[in-house]
Amino acid sequence: MNDFTYHAPTSLDDAVAALRGDGGAKLIAGGHSLLPVMKLNLAAPSALVSLAGVPGLGDIADGGDSVTVGAMCSHAQVAGSAVVQARIPALAAMADGIGDAQVRNAGTIGGSVAHNDPAADYPAACVALGATIVTDRREVHADDFFQGMFATALADDEVVTAVRFPVPGRAAYAKFANPASKYAVAGVMVADGPAGVRVAVTGASGDGVFRVAEMEAALGASFSGEAVAGVAVSSDGMLSDTAAGADYRAHLVTVMAKRAVEACG
Amino acid sequence: MSANGSGIGASVKRKEDTRFLTGRGRYTDDINLPGQLYGYILRSPVAHANIGGIDTSAAAAAPGVHAIFTGSDMEGVGGIPTGWLIHSKDGEPMVEPGHPALALGKVRYVGDCVAIVVAETSEQAKSAANLIEVDYQELPAVASIEAAEADGAAQVFDEAPGNVCYDWEVGDRAATDAAFEEATHVVSIDVVNNRLIPNAIEPRAAIANYDPATGDYTLYTTSQNPHLIRLLLGAFVLGLPEHKLRIVAPDVGGGFGSKIPHYAEEAILTWTAGQLGRPVKWTCERIDAFKSDTHGRDHISTARLALDADGKFLGLHVSTKANLGAYLSTFATCVPTYLYGILFAGPYTTPAVYCEVKSFFTNTVPVDALRGAGRPEATYLLERLVEKAAVELGMDRVEIRRKNFIREFPYQTPVALQYDQGDYDATLDLALKASDWAGFEARRAESAARGKCRGIGISTFIEACGIAPSAVVGSLGARAGLYESGSVRVHPTGSVSVFTGTHSHGQGHETTFAQIVSDMLGVDFEAVDVVHGDSAKIPFGMGTYGSRSLAVGGTAIYLAVEKVIEKGKKIAAHLLEASAEDIEFENGSFTVAGTDRSKSLGEVALTAYVPHNYPAGLEPGLEETAFYDPLNFTFPAGTHVAEVEVDPETGEVEVVAVTGADDVGRIINPMIVDGQLHGGLAHGIGQALLEECLYQDDGQLQTGSYLDYTMPRAADLPSFNINHNTTLCTHNPLGVKGVGEVGSIGVPPAVINAVIDALRPLGVNDMAMPATSQRVWQAIQQAQG
Repeated sequence: MNDFTYHAPTSLDDAVAALRGDGGAKLIAGGHSLLPVMKLNLAAPSALVSLAGVPGLGDIADGGDSVTVGAMCSHAQVAGSAVVQARIPALAAMADGIGDAQVRNAGTIGGSVAHNDPAADYPAACVALGATIVTDRREVHADDFFQGMFATALADDEVVTAVRFPVPGRAAYAKFANPASKYAVAGVMVADGPAGVRVAVTGASGDGVFRVAEMEAALGASFSGEAVAGVAVSSDGMLSDTAAGADYRAHLVTVMAKRAVEACG
Repeated sequence: MSANGSGIGASVKRKEDTRFLTGRGRYTDDINLPGQLYGYILRSPVAHANIGGIDTSAAAAAPGVHAIFTGSDMEGVGGIPTGWLIHSKDGEPMVEPGHPALALGKVRYVGDCVAIVVAETSEQAKSAANLIEVDYQELPAVASIEAAEADGAAQVFDEAPGNVCYDWEVGDRAATDAAFEEATHVVSIDVVNNRLIPNAIEPRAAIANYDPATGDYTLYTTSQNPHLIRLLLGAFVLGLPEHKLRIVAPDVGGGFGSKIPHYAEEAILTWTAGQLGRPVKWTCERIDAFKSDTHGRDHISTARLALDADGKFLGLHVSTKANLGAYLSTFATCVPTYLYGILFAGPYTTPAVYCEVKSFFTNTVPVDALRGAGRPEATYLLERLVEKAAVELGMDRVEIRRKNFIREFPYQTPVALQYDQGDYDATLDLALKASDWAGFEARRAESAARGKCRGIGISTFIEACGIAPSAVVGSLGARAGLYESGSVRVHPTGSVSVFTGTHSHGQGHETTFAQIVSDMLGVDFEAVDVVHGDSAKIPFGMGTYGSRSLAVGGTAIYLAVEKVIEKGKKIAAHLLEASAEDIEFENGSFTVAGTDRSKSLGEVALTAYVPHNYPAGLEPGLEETAFYDPLNFTFPAGTHVAEVEVDPETGEVEVVAVTGADDVGRIINPMIVDGQLHGGLAHGIGQALLEECLYQDDGQLQTGSYLDYTMPRAADLPSFNINHNTTLCTHNPLGVKGVGEVGSIGVPPAVINAVIDALRPLGVNDMAMPATSQRVWQAIQQAQG
């Protein structure tokens, strides 16, 4: 790991200023994605700007028809939140299934959505639930926020401050995890909410999270596991690695979609 | 069991856990010496290349750098040796190419040592290493057995045509061929034994020191066998006499075989410390451990079993190809031969057995012993084949095993071994009962109602442990056998230090050996400490592997204690004015037979060191050493039953039950024995379902981190149902056999047999390890057409 400058701002403005002051600076939240690549010298930021000391980013708020989760909330915090468990139990369950206990205690929702790893769980939840990503300067709908593998709508100096989730009528997440890394090989969030039925898939595609229109249409007609069990997704563009080739991944998307629907009850 | 409840047979809590569980263990990386520098090993990023040149100028000028050495600097220093000479069928010795510690002119695998950078800090050394420019002139690589034996394959070594190291055989080929001619049935199988990466929790580390005042070298290293390292490093690599080279293997966090070999880094560090006159420390990063710790297994085999009309085994023919990697590691050549081919009688009376093994060099990490080392490979092949025979002949798979069990001991196998004792029916019966084998169909139906495919599988096996009797392996052509030393020093106040040439890196020797000595001498368990891991303290030692520590090292200690008792009798006789022949020793007291006149061990010990009026011929002191060369291997045996549930939609396999019925000989500490069984079972289930080291065709390691290499986790394992049926080893005084490798040897075929049993209704008749969800799903897809 190369030497770097460490900034510990105590306000959002100072964090943004630190980013603007150094073109090679990166934000760090839980560090569970950034630090490993730094240790491998695959990333060598000249400075790290920590959000740990910035107040107001760690709260979970019940907004009635929505739940707002602060960017610095850990996965364990979301999983254990009474508000999330009551209002969007699917989101709490999803957070409880991320990685392992160490990851869940350190990794954050803001870090996860800003990084947009194609195998991360949160992007599927954000897209399926129709979430809004709140930053220091604007609000971006999840549909516009995730822009392909490791790519988002964020500007270089922009900071995610919260994610606001509309409360769905029903939702569930089913994941097939990589046996080694526990990242999603195929993670499917199905939500029946204000914006209709949405099926969002993570882990499977090289382009990151995507929706399956045919499944959404089938579920709109009949919200049942059988409705999606026969809907195959193409293996074109699917990721392929030692644990799961493209065909297997495509197959798992259908199986996980069916299981998510069934879990919606 | 002794009166104080801590003797042989007691589940004493482990002495060593006090320091391990409170963070006070002292591992190699915890050791720091005044003035130490840090070494970083630059490794080859390519599998096969000529080195056109190495430019170290920029790195040498980097901050904190003291020195950089490459292969040419170490030219003239001996190469890394291998320990076992194998002869091919034609009588020719194996091809034994040189292994320079730092690559000289050529690199042969991703991870090969190219240079050492020594700097003030480890970060400086690593950063500077990135500035070294190596001109790698890439060559085609052979990354698998198939690639190595292909026509026109690239040559790892010019002196090894076709990349063959040896073509070995054991058994009577003509008799085996004749058995097949008589056979009513012949059953064949092709199996791959998947390559594994050991992944001990403590990465390798070393710190070397040279004292110019005395000329003494000291190397602290993560080793399972410090004396062996001293022998190889001193005599073969650096040319140092033993009295000038001290090897210390302090607390070591797991080995599983990967810390047996003498590694190039140990030689590089020691030599570098000598060059610089300052201590040099190196700690392997996990990412480098994946590509530099020796790997295990990696066999391709085909086998045939000849049976008569009743299902009696007549003959077994095994042809195996083994991958040895890019260089010959310490035990590499012995694992697929002496620890493999001689296992193929298993627990069965097969009268004719023949096994041939052709081994290959490839551009991959050197392969060496991994928990079980040869015996898991043999057991997997045999138990898959026996299972397949039962299915093809329409026989009950328990009965086909029972029909062929050995029941008369000693039993001379057709492949060199002589089993001293065993009761295979008893462990089989115990396993069937404990696993409720008879009730399985009801459980299968219950799983089917939930959409799951349930299967049950069995494996009946023997091991050859307690390696290795010099006479037996010598008769097979091995360069050396493997005895062990034990010293017992009774201090003046009656406490005891025990010195063993074995090494504990998780096995609990400090407890088990103390129990034996405590029991034999009648002293408090707490008054016995076991010392290991330091060549300056221990007379000699062959180390710990092959489930040998108790059977061989424990026996050496036992014999040393017997000598102590004999000596004590002489002292007591002097003190009690009796004849030594009349002295009896029991519960810590020397008594004149038939009287109440006695002296305690403590009293005898005190006078041993404060001798007054000792008669001529009676030496002061109470300390004895024994060297023990085992008369035979030990033969733990058992039956493992695995039950799995397969999700046919995803291919996921869940191990829902594992039952072991094991005969490991006399049990000294039941808790430690069960812990060893649990660990071995986890390891075996890991091989069966999860672990697989994969290389790309160009020799790049695909599974080079925990992102891609799946270790078994607690959630992947059921609660183990462990049962014991004990027969005593007849040729060591403790009656012990060994337990460390049982799980990894016995359970993989039981798991795979269970997976196939689960999937047979879907038309699946074969399954490779590891049975990953993708592999299972693909097999179902293929079978369903």
